[in-house]
Amino acid sequence: MHPALQAETLYIQHFRKKDEARPLSYYLEQMQGYTALGKALKMAPDAVIDEVKKSNLRGRGGAGFPTGMKWGFIPKQSPKPKYVVCNADESEPGTFKDRDIMRYTPHLLIEGMIIAGHAIGSKIGYIYIRGEYTREAKLLDQAIAEAYSKGYLGKNILGSGHDFDLTVHRGAGAYICGEETALLNSLEGKRGEPRVKPPFPAQAGAFSGPTVVNNVETLANVPFIVNRGGEWFSSLGKVERSGGTRLISVSGHVKKPGVYELPAGAVTIRELIYDICGGITDDKKLKAVIPGGSSAPVLTPDEIDVVYDIEPLMKIGTMMGSAALMVVSEDYCAVKLIKRITKFYAHESCGQCTPCREGCKWMEDILHRIEDGHGREQDLALLLDIADNINGKTLCALGDAAAGPVSSFVRKFKGEFEAHIRGKKCPNV
Amino acid sequence: MSKVLSQKFYDEMKKLEPRYPNKVALLLPALHQAQEESGWLPPEVLEEIGAYVGIHPAQVREVASFYTMYNLKPVGKYHLKVCTNVACCLRGSDEIVEHLEKKWDIACGETTSDRKFTLMEEECLGACGTAPAMMVNDDYYENLDIPAIEKIIAGLA
Repeated sequence: MHPALQAETLYIQHFRKKDEARPLSYYLEQMQGYTALGKALKMAPDAVIDEVKKSNLRGRGGAGFPTGMKWGFIPKQSPKPKYVVCNADESEPGTFKDRDIMRYTPHLLIEGMIIAGHAIGSKIGYIYIRGEYTREAKLLDQAIAEAYSKGYLGKNILGSGHDFDLTVHRGAGAYICGEETALLNSLEGKRGEPRVKPPFPAQAGAFSGPTVVNNVETLANVPFIVNRGGEWFSSLGKVERSGGTRLISVSGHVKKPGVYELPAGAVTIRELIYDICGGITDDKKLKAVIPGGSSAPVLTPDEIDVVYDIEPLMKIGTMMGSAALMVVSEDYCAVKLIKRITKFYAHESCGQCTPCREGCKWMEDILHRIEDGHGREQDLALLLDIADNINGKTLCALGDAAAGPVSSFVRKFKGEFEAHIRGKKCPNV
Repeated sequence: MSKVLSQKFYDEMKKLEPRYPNKVALLLPALHQAQEESGWLPPEVLEEIGAYVGIHPAQVREVASFYTMYNLKPVGKYHLKVCTNVACCLRGSDEIVEHLEKKWDIACGETTSDRKFTLMEEECLGACGTAPAMMVNDDYYENLDIPAIEKIIAGLA
């Protein structure tokens, strides 16, 4: 067994017992449920924020922004109500960890949100959950009802004088709503189009009030941090500036796909694939790894000795994103794969910014013709040029998310693209 | 204009109203609730929702048409949404879609002539570890292959 699998875990043991949500009684008895809330309510809000800063908790949704710092941006005084919004859109292809948190330990998220409310001085929270997760939305509704009935939510929580109301708000099928300002527009009953920033959500977020938007796993970590201290949480991480454990979603051509929990930075991608996930399906050779959801630039087999964490991946030109590792074996066509990825971005572009709206569709069309054997010699340069003209030229990160994978696939699998163009068909068939 | 939305719809909305600072924020919940009752969102429903939240029907359509889950035309009794995104296509979702298209002689986005099945290709459902996955109406089905799909379909009356 890989030593990383013997490290302390916070979540996974609660995910693997039986196939239903842990009720409040389980949370109270087995997970020190709501003790962190009692403790936090006795602390000054700034002291809670300091503890989160010390923990080196970084956003688990994709950007990896330090959570304590994000909370610190919220103004102390505000004429408008402040909001805590949980991003449970989990729309990045390859990511499925938040679903397990909401399904098995919904109270962890609820408790984390109430504590976040206390820390930033907010009385209102929303969980924006992707529309497809109907089952998880129902489980959260039930858990919220339980929390209200026991006085963890509502007025004067545990006699502290602090109030907090929490509502589950369902999305309706739009990848872009995982972008925080698009999510806020969607919450307000609008099209999920990203906003111009500034103002950032900390100044004017939901309903124009100061708003903190955090991922499910980020918020679920908060009760652990309050209970056991920021320093303890930070020490769980094996690399500098990354505290805690990471829930990693592994999919594609591995023998044991699924959600894994490992200390932040405890393994390389090679160890993750071969020692933790059992290696490649049918013992085939590895062709490619997409390390952080489909928005992350692709890696080739010679690049997988990198430590699987935020900074090491950034250094080699890709990203950890939402910790969604997708593994591709030798016989899957690289052109077909990047065409599918690009089709997704073309479909999900909200259409506000011309480079993204037009560029994604052009890239999809060009990749389509290369796959079909109608590609032209100049198409690869054209793809790189279009990607370059999208990258950094849009309001939100969707444009970059579409451009990065295309340029990385074209550069790293150039031979395979050229074989399609010159042979006028897919060489893998 | 006579009302097309049920009392249940208005009761549900009444419960949600205090949870939001304004009524427009109820638009997505209202569209979900209405669709749950009638399976799709005909123009008269959009109009009535607009009147309820206080915006023009065109604004309701503007929002509803942005989101793929809102059906602006009727769908079959069973709405199959097969994920074909990265993790699912790596594990054979293309064959599943092809199989269903052939079996029912329809293309993705179409409904069988008996209005029983609508087939759609879906973007990532967030079930990549158990790919390929699909939804039938609100329910997830995972770890699919063609025999598994056949079994599921046979169970849909």
